[in-house]
Amino acid sequence: MERVSEQAIFNSTTFRAEREADWARLEELLKRAEGGSVRKLSDTDLLELPVLYRSALSSLSVARETSLDMALIAYLEGLCTRAYFFVYGVRTSFSQRVASFFTHDWPVAVRALWRETIAATVLMIVGTLAAYMLVSSDPSWFNAIVPGGLAADRGPDATTEALRATLYHEGESNGLGVFATYLFTHNSQVSIFAFALGFAFGVPTALLMVYNGAILGAFTAIFVERGLGFELGGWLLIHGSTELFAIVLAGAAGLHIGMRIMFPGMESRLNAARKAGRKAATAMIGVIVMLMFAGLLEGFGRQLIIDDWTRYAIAAGMFTLWCAYFYVPRVDDDQR
Amino acid sequence: MMTSVSPVPPSHAPRTPAERTLITPEGVDLRLKLGTAGQRAGAFLIDFMLLVAILVIFSIIVVAAGLGTLGAGAVEGIEVVAVIWLLGFFLLRNFYFIAFEIGRRSATLGKRAVGLRVVARDGGRLTADAVIARNLMREIEIFLPLSFLAGGQGVDGLIALIGLAWAGLFLFFPLFNKDRLRAGDIIAGTWVVHAPRRKLEIDLGGDSADEAMPYRFTDEQLDAYGEYELQTLENVLRAGNAETQSNVAGTIRTKIGWEWQDGEDDYAFLSAYYAALGKRLERRMLFGNRRRDKFDTGEERGEE
Repeated sequence: MERVSEQAIFNSTTFRAEREADWARLEELLKRAEGGSVRKLSDTDLLELPVLYRSALSSLSVARETSLDMALIAYLEGLCTRAYFFVYGVRTSFSQRVASFFTHDWPVAVRALWRETIAATVLMIVGTLAAYMLVSSDPSWFNAIVPGGLAADRGPDATTEALRATLYHEGESNGLGVFATYLFTHNSQVSIFAFALGFAFGVPTALLMVYNGAILGAFTAIFVERGLGFELGGWLLIHGSTELFAIVLAGAAGLHIGMRIMFPGMESRLNAARKAGRKAATAMIGVIVMLMFAGLLEGFGRQLIIDDWTRYAIAAGMFTLWCAYFYVPRVDDDQR
Repeated sequence: MMTSVSPVPPSHAPRTPAERTLITPEGVDLRLKLGTAGQRAGAFLIDFMLLVAILVIFSIIVVAAGLGTLGAGAVEGIEVVAVIWLLGFFLLRNFYFIAFEIGRRSATLGKRAVGLRVVARDGGRLTADAVIARNLMREIEIFLPLSFLAGGQGVDGLIALIGLAWAGLFLFFPLFNKDRLRAGDIIAGTWVVHAPRRKLEIDLGGDSADEAMPYRFTDEQLDAYGEYELQTLENVLRAGNAETQSNVAGTIRTKIGWEWQDGEDDYAFLSAYYAALGKRLERRMLFGNRRRDKFDTGEERGEE
């Protein structure tokens, strides 16, 4: 009699004894799944996991209402949380995600930033024109605008011949790979910076765009003065059509975040910031991909190709390619 | 997905300010606990030291490889080595955090060590773009202050100081909001919760049928305490500190008027009392008659 009455009474000990094996099984499955890929789990495991997860959830609900064992409840909460994020987590494979990024996510994100792209372009052009006019009227402005390291031997004091030489220093093909890699990592870091600074209401991003244009304008002024404008154009644009586009997009991503935080519209500020940040982040990964191309063009293409017209042709070709990729509407857009 | 996070939880009010409601599609509240600032900082320090260590080892290997090719007299070799180093540094700096947080456990090695994980604030899946957004922001949260601390290039003291203060604003951002969000979390719509892997602890109330024989408590003796004291006792028993246990055992004996028996062991006494008290309180709980703590006489709820 005594034993029957003991068993009939529900308490956390009997409750736990009945279900402990299921929890251990779930924990073991999760450990394997989290450790490696899902492929390590057999089909039966995969079918069993959601069932075990739901039974653990029900255990948690029961335990909260009937058990005073805090360690047990904490354990179940932890187990259910882990299982929840596994069961409802991402199911797509890495290659699927990469494919969807290039075919859909990236162009869509860039297209969504069109307003900010125009704004960033305008800011950069304003910077270019201002610096161009300043340096044209008084070359001493050059040193105030361009940092010493970047100018190297291309300052206002250089002779026309020396300037021409900087545009076509050929022959020295050693170290091009290093140069290209350096340019890629450096430019990527700057563009990530432009993106991140968008958080400060976009103001530093805008300044960065203007300053970037100003450096461009200062160089142009020096070279145009010596009648090397056309040659400089080829030298700059062969990679610049890609690189400047990428930097403009990074600036646009930063400005987008800043604008949405300042003017969230009908949404809450946090919601607006979240949507803007995710969209801009997608565009940023694309920017890094573009800068990889720009680095290759700058490191190899510019040093190996010294014909002005070829340089211009490549510049125009790259620009057309990017524009077509981003802005030509796709069939599948409506279906998604 | 049918998950939802409501600002004001319907029935169970959060017991601590760091608790957040996440209701699964099955309708159960997971009651996520936000990571504290200390945990976040600890996790970051571990990651940062790991990064530095990896970078140092990586550099040594690369330099060694470079010296090896120098001996062979091949210029191309050095070039390859330099490219590898530049790319390696770039990837490490920007993608260490992203690569780990995109994975199934949504946590870097440092976060795993502390028991943290990144979670989407709306309870949905943590997408790649969110992880990328929150980690690219580290550029201004961490690396910018670091570069100001290092003095920067050609920046004079005052400007460096102003820059440091400005950058510090981002660094200490999580301390200024109740959800402990960094700038990156705001942009990405994420937060960081404390969800460590726990082991199932032994059941203190079980397997005591035989050992508890010498300990029989009357109902009056068990009514001396409530749920709060039961859980405190649970912590004392699990912590396993003999001195604390003997103190607590002494207090309980005095309170319930327990007669000391020969050869009585403090731990055995406490376990038996815990089991008996737990059983009684859980039985009351089943009948909707809870007792919060020893001061709870049920009068507030209009009983008795």
